[in-house]
Amino acid sequence: MSSKLQVAERAVNAKDTEFQQVLRHLRRNRMAMAGVAILFVFLLGAIFAPLLTTFDPTRPDFGNAFQKPSATHIFGTDELGRDVFARILYGSQISLLIGLISVSIGLILGVPVGALSGYYGGKLDLIVQRLIDIMIAFPGILLAIVIVTMLGTGVENVMIATGVASIPTYTRLVRGSVLAVKELRFVAAAKVLGISDLRIIVRHILPNCMGPIVVQSTFQVATAILWAAGLGFLGLGAQPPDPEWGAMLSKGREFIRTAHHLTTFPGLAILLMVLGFNLLGDGLRDALDPKSRKFR
Amino acid sequence: MTGYIIRRLLLAVPVLLGVSILVFAIIRFIPGDPARAIAGVHATPQYIEQVRKELLLDKGLHIQYFVYVSNLLRGDLGRSAFTRRPVITELRERFPNTVLLALTSMAIATVLGMGAGIVSASKRNSVFDNVSMVASLVGVAAPVFWLGVMLQLLFSVRLGWLPSGGMGGIETFVLPATTLGLATAALIARITRSSMLEVLRQDFITTARAKGLSERVVILKHALKSAFIPVITVMGLQFGGLLGGAVLTETVFSWPGIGRLMVDSILTRDYPVVQGTVLLLAVMFVLINIAVDIAYAFLDPRISFATGEGE
Repeated sequence: MSSKLQVAERAVNAKDTEFQQVLRHLRRNRMAMAGVAILFVFLLGAIFAPLLTTFDPTRPDFGNAFQKPSATHIFGTDELGRDVFARILYGSQISLLIGLISVSIGLILGVPVGALSGYYGGKLDLIVQRLIDIMIAFPGILLAIVIVTMLGTGVENVMIATGVASIPTYTRLVRGSVLAVKELRFVAAAKVLGISDLRIIVRHILPNCMGPIVVQSTFQVATAILWAAGLGFLGLGAQPPDPEWGAMLSKGREFIRTAHHLTTFPGLAILLMVLGFNLLGDGLRDALDPKSRKFR
Repeated sequence: MTGYIIRRLLLAVPVLLGVSILVFAIIRFIPGDPARAIAGVHATPQYIEQVRKELLLDKGLHIQYFVYVSNLLRGDLGRSAFTRRPVITELRERFPNTVLLALTSMAIATVLGMGAGIVSASKRNSVFDNVSMVASLVGVAAPVFWLGVMLQLLFSVRLGWLPSGGMGGIETFVLPATTLGLATAALIARITRSSMLEVLRQDFITTARAKGLSERVVILKHALKSAFIPVITVMGLQFGGLLGGAVLTETVFSWPGIGRLMVDSILTRDYPVVQGTVLLLAVMFVLINIAVDIAYAFLDPRISFATGEGE
């Protein structure tokens, strides 16, 4: 019965684009939808922050320091009397921006390098791979720390550092995909037709690697947000009075005994945003992986 | 096998050279006089000049690098700009503490992760399975420094059961090692579960059950053995990741390790120590990865020594 349904469904779906199929598959995945919902809330919060709170995220209000969560200040206030909820709302702008710009840097630099390295192979590939080996010799957040040490602190440098630190991931991913795709017959056919290498890569090979790139980018946004918060926590990222979550948490730690809401809420914000991107990433991976698609 | 190990080590040489160039570049990248950066912000003009002469900082970059590497090979990583002690001495003091922390976290992560993964797989879709899989999603998403602070809040500040920082007896290991290990435990739990489920579907498991073996024996003796390789892969990959996490965890728990030394030295602009700690962490990471590769080759007969595949 169910297999007949699947056949029927497939017939109906035959006209659908790949994109629509992925979207439909994603919509059926409850975990992925939970991720989308979380991210949607953060996105709305970031965009409409000035409408959602009347408090200024950076201006001190010393008379109101260390207020516990209440109806007026739902997440309480910090050591300078600033509303923690307002700071978390505005902080989501910073975190989302860091995530997006960092991933863009990784994509813009990592994808072309990986594609060329995989397509042409030979000496170029050898050199690129050794350079990437050097970059991945620094575990996790360490490469970002090294870059920030050289560039200095601040949100912009955090974006650059986390972006550059994500290049190896993209280069390796795209190189691997290109190596797999370039042996396929349609690439050989394109070559026989005299289509230029650049056009083959951009029009024929890269579109076939898009799935893994999209999935990786979703996870990479989460990683960049975690790294940026880590840098902020160490005092190497965003600087006061920026309402960056990691920096807020680091400052709040000094008052953990008396006002733990200063660490609890920023940490929960980071956790939820990262969880949102991870759930979406898991869902996208399932949706884009033909093997896991039930109706195929 | 020996040939494979030698080749794997040789491949690491250009990587380590590259790492040394990058570490060397740290000081040349920051604005200002490298001699002052190495000597420290509070150094006397005489000491700055001495550093400049010793490291040939008035010569070309390639000569400076040559001096740097030859000093490095002799174990001379310069002196701390603050304590004036040799960097190598500082590293030698801190290094075992980081290794101990990483090993303890890996042990905790393995026990927790594999335990949860095995139970989840054998009781699929049970309450335990659902709860542990949600916990593992949260465990991967939670920032390690926040987890640390929350555990401190609960077990040190509120309950007063465990010390909130420093290194001493076994009780001082519990919170930092658990903090550092939880994310890894979450990953190990997910991988153990999925590879167990994969294995439990196979024919030899059906045969084992059909023979009348108890479920316990089927799971622990037959399935676990085959499910082990992907788990070990993740453990190997994660062990290096623990070094990155150690930087944050050590800062939270005032743990006297390499990671905290690095952060402190960055914040105080003690660049010789920054270089030393970064170099040590990277070299450790590279060596661990080689060890992991060799371990796979040993464990997984599908990886051939001749081609060195499996990298």
